[in-house]
Amino acid sequence: MSKKRKRAQSPFQLAFRRFLKNKLAILGIIVLVIITLGAIFAPLLTNHDPTYGDLLKIEKAPSEEHILGTDGSGRDNFARLLYGARISLVVGFSAMLFTLLIGVVLGALAGYYGGHIDNLIMRLADLILAIPFLVLALTIIALLESVTVTLFVTIIALTTWPSLTRIVRGTFLSLREQEFVLGARAIGASDFRIIFKHFIPNAIGPIIVNATLMMASMIIIESGLSFIGMGIPQPTPTWGNMISEAQNIRILQYHPEAWIPPGLGILLTVLAINFIGDGLRDAFDPKSNRR
Amino acid sequence: MTTTLPQAATKEALLDVHHIKKYFPIKGGIFRRTIGHLKAVDDVSFSVYKGETLGIVGESGSGKSTLGRVILKLMDPTEGEIYFNGNEISKLKQREVRPYRRDMQMVFQDPFGSLNSKMSVAELIEEPLVVQTSLSKQERKHKAIEIMEKVGLRADDRMKYPHEFSGGQRQRISIARALIIHPQFVICDEPVSALDVSIQAQVLNLMKDLQDDLSLTYLFIAHDLSVVKHISDRIAVMYLGRIVEIAPKKALYDNALHPYTQGLLASIPVIETEETGTKREKVRITGDLPSPVSPPSGCPFRTRCPMAHERCSVDRPELTMVGDDEHYVACHLYT
Repeated sequence: MSKKRKRAQSPFQLAFRRFLKNKLAILGIIVLVIITLGAIFAPLLTNHDPTYGDLLKIEKAPSEEHILGTDGSGRDNFARLLYGARISLVVGFSAMLFTLLIGVVLGALAGYYGGHIDNLIMRLADLILAIPFLVLALTIIALLESVTVTLFVTIIALTTWPSLTRIVRGTFLSLREQEFVLGARAIGASDFRIIFKHFIPNAIGPIIVNATLMMASMIIIESGLSFIGMGIPQPTPTWGNMISEAQNIRILQYHPEAWIPPGLGILLTVLAINFIGDGLRDAFDPKSNRR
Repeated sequence: MTTTLPQAATKEALLDVHHIKKYFPIKGGIFRRTIGHLKAVDDVSFSVYKGETLGIVGESGSGKSTLGRVILKLMDPTEGEIYFNGNEISKLKQREVRPYRRDMQMVFQDPFGSLNSKMSVAELIEEPLVVQTSLSKQERKHKAIEIMEKVGLRADDRMKYPHEFSGGQRQRISIARALIIHPQFVICDEPVSALDVSIQAQVLNLMKDLQDDLSLTYLFIAHDLSVVKHISDRIAVMYLGRIVEIAPKKALYDNALHPYTQGLLASIPVIETEETGTKREKVRITGDLPSPVSPPSGCPFRTRCPMAHERCSVDRPELTMVGDDEHYVACHLYT
């Protein structure tokens, strides 16, 4: 006898289905996928080297060869736009992953063990939070000889982990009081098992949501720092330093094609990621879904 | 001074608790110094014999849940010794207690909070096996299905998640989880107080059947005497972290000695017929439980006791045997 049985849905599957129902979040995913594909397949979409400047073709208007014209050093703007997306996305994503790693590990230790470990970690976090981010980041960058992408990501991660650590710690502290954790201890589960089987799955919602939203702010940070000339240096293209190039009235007035696309790129990417983040939050916590 | 302990040499004790105290420090001031203690459990001693059910009854805040957690070593006692099967376990470190957890399990009060909502029923029920044994996946599944059937769950429900079950069914999951490694001793921390009255009886009967089936020993914690009456062999009444009376069920119900126990019994609603009538003189307990941070001097119950006299505020009554039938009471009326 075979019985057709509807497979039970795990809380994760339920959250996923709620997420799929969110139109804005799906739109965000589509936009982000298009931008990501553009960045990945940049070499196929343009023949120009984003770092090669032809000094005979400075600040040219859009033409068939240079769709978005050229910049002040004769580099193709369209190629720079595509390759710049790579830097923005890579910096945003890897800085987010790095921050996630530090934030979750430290937050878990602080929230699970409490006591002196908690005090030590949280005072360190307070210390970093007490210094304005820009001042801290600029100081570190100013002390360095040259800034590479890896270094840049490290700096961002080392200065932004406290906020995520606080969230993870808070979630862990509230989970620690739950009876099922006591239950796990009662059957003799190890600390390792309790953290990974019981705490992390219950804390994953807020962690994912915050990490996503954090990625958006990291792209902004990268663009902002590049804009004021403290980010990834030329000739490596980033959206931030492309806009930075437009810091003169001539380009601003006569060459909008040089600065509107990277600006739009930042805007769309950040907006898309924020929509995805909001969608994830509503999916993981149906109670917050008030419209 | 010697204190008589409510222990008998004739029966074999599975659990022996000697002078257990659990004080929670209260911190205050700018340096977070300890400015006082909350005496959740204050000098409690008793034994649980093999195969019996000892019911522990007390109001909220009487320390009964803390006592259960201390015995299971989910908290370390401030003082005192716990012997399980003759082995001292109160001083062991968490890692060293782990082997004992095979034999001591717990069923929790809140059927919603005590199951990890991110785990399926199969994962929940098999978790003790994963932690405590090296059984293969197949063997675990087999055992899980076996115990699920025993507690009245359908094996089909293995892949479901806790949110799809009612409170009573969740409590069955908790029971299955506690029993799958065949413990000798189970602490039931108000397992039915969150359930509907109709479901309470079902779960209680299930627990009683399982006890006979698997020869379990229960420590059954509850906040009213009507629930423990069903399942207990002996009953201990706790008040403000102490045991005020401990006796076999029949002796306690027929001849409650401590005014507090009498008050608890009087508070059980009964349908009065000509036969039952109101034989017992009603003792009403009024007022609230005093703060366990600064308990009353002498007898902890004296502030609410209708029979309190001078001596009660000076001397602390010790648990002493009254009559023969292993009936102990801590009250000056009987000394």
